[in-house]
Amino acid sequence: MANPRTFQIQEISAHPGPVPGLGTRREEQVCKYIDVTTCIGCKACEVACVEWNDHPFRETTFNDTYQTMPTTEWNYYNLIKFAEDQRDGNLMWLLRKDQCMHCEDPGCLRACPADGAIIKYENGIVDFQQENCIGCGYCISGCPFDIPKFHPTNKKVYKCTLCSDRVGQGLEPACIKACPTGCLKFGTKSDMVQIAGLRAKQLREVSGFADAGVYDPQSIGGTHVIYVLHDMKAPERYGLPATPVIPPSYTYWKWLAKPIGLGMGVLGIAAVFFHRVFYGPKLEQPEPPEIRTGPREEIEAGREEAP
Amino acid sequence: MSTTAKKFDERARGEFARLGTTRVHRGELLRHPVYTRFLHWSVAIFFILSLLTGFAIYTPWLFYWITPLFGGGPRTRFLHPWFGLLFEIFFLFQFINWFAPMAWVEADRRWMRRMRQYVTNEDPLEAEDVGFFNAGQKLYFWLIAVSWILFLITGLLMWFDDLVGRWIVAISYVIHDIAALLMLAGFIIHVYEGTAHQPGTFRSMMDGTVTERWAVTHHPKWYRAVTGRDSREAYEREKRQEEERLEDR
Repeated sequence: MANPRTFQIQEISAHPGPVPGLGTRREEQVCKYIDVTTCIGCKACEVACVEWNDHPFRETTFNDTYQTMPTTEWNYYNLIKFAEDQRDGNLMWLLRKDQCMHCEDPGCLRACPADGAIIKYENGIVDFQQENCIGCGYCISGCPFDIPKFHPTNKKVYKCTLCSDRVGQGLEPACIKACPTGCLKFGTKSDMVQIAGLRAKQLREVSGFADAGVYDPQSIGGTHVIYVLHDMKAPERYGLPATPVIPPSYTYWKWLAKPIGLGMGVLGIAAVFFHRVFYGPKLEQPEPPEIRTGPREEIEAGREEAP
Repeated sequence: MSTTAKKFDERARGEFARLGTTRVHRGELLRHPVYTRFLHWSVAIFFILSLLTGFAIYTPWLFYWITPLFGGGPRTRFLHPWFGLLFEIFFLFQFINWFAPMAWVEADRRWMRRMRQYVTNEDPLEAEDVGFFNAGQKLYFWLIAVSWILFLITGLLMWFDDLVGRWIVAISYVIHDIAALLMLAGFIIHVYEGTAHQPGTFRSMMDGTVTERWAVTHHPKWYRAVTGRDSREAYEREKRQEEERLEDR
């Protein structure tokens, strides 16, 4: 990815006064902002995602909702979920754009056993490198949001890249560009958190959603995709876990218990080797009679010169 | 063990005895027939292949270099469950083959109490009541049997992970590792005992035979059962002859 600082002006010839903007630093952490309260479910982002990633058309599944298909797929990274919610006796659609959350502490990356198959950029984007993927599917069980999807033919796992190819060129992700209502925004993490906070405040104070809030789960160090929800008390209604967690298998077990287990294996090999050195073999009996033995001979073994 | 399995095992032993031969020379005893040897080495080969491919996935930062031996990461991951499945199948037959002699008896409890003396080579001869397998071997067999079940259940759950939840996969993964570590610990001791520690044992699995002296030393009760001679007497006689040979020189 291009370093934005490379073309920062350092010196200017014959210029009066200091160099404008000298020493300014661009914030590197990126973030996608999704305001579910202004999403109209038009699915333009779904189409833009399929287009940009050059995925072929895939058949949709009708399951009595307006949703395109039940879950995201290996070639369908982005899906509007149409959760039907009862509120004050009325139906309320909870429209949520579902895609990779780009966790600060990514469970998929913790779980992955293949060198270089999952990488996280400094700007927070978590990206899969399919050429290094071995197709074990551990990332699927490591993900708290059920995002990585298995390609049945080439046995690789795919998910949203946050359009790392576009972001690298200074463009916003395809879904953001397509959104007609402005419910999607893209920028630095701190900007997006601030805008989301303002919007949630507005929802609480003006629009009558007393429990409105920002979904940026700290149990996984925050995410690089944040939601403004009408009801922060029950993110489950939108299909979001209240406290997403990475299974300890991929944290404590993988980085602590496993090396200890392996170390014990090495000790085991050393133990049997030195057992042989210390105690010798178990020979078939009767073994040839011993000529000498005992600690005294052991200590003096061959040290004195023969007369 | 059910009679069907027993009958199958006997038939297999008969068929394999026709396929291969075990030459027993004077002063030797037949220990493992061809069928048992075949099963043992099939289990061993697929266990080692599973172990190697498994290591690459277990601690990739340490063992990822193993993957090119199997044709790269994706192929290693592809082969691992199949190696494992073959291990599972062969061990099932070995389980049937060895179920009877591996039964835990009163003598094994006494052996466990003497384990320290056994480990430190304090007794050159095994106790009179040690039969075809000693308690240590039986312990390893049952350890594998337990690991075998754990590998099978957790392995299938991880193989068909799209049918179960992510937490089941995450837990299976840990149990699979624990089963592997348990078996690895037993495997290290097993290989050591079968080769460097007890000369004359390795050939029992390769050629199928052992010397009578070996049988007297390690499995006196079995020696008595197959030869009809008293193991203690045999030992004393051998010892006298050994001394005579030394005096003659």
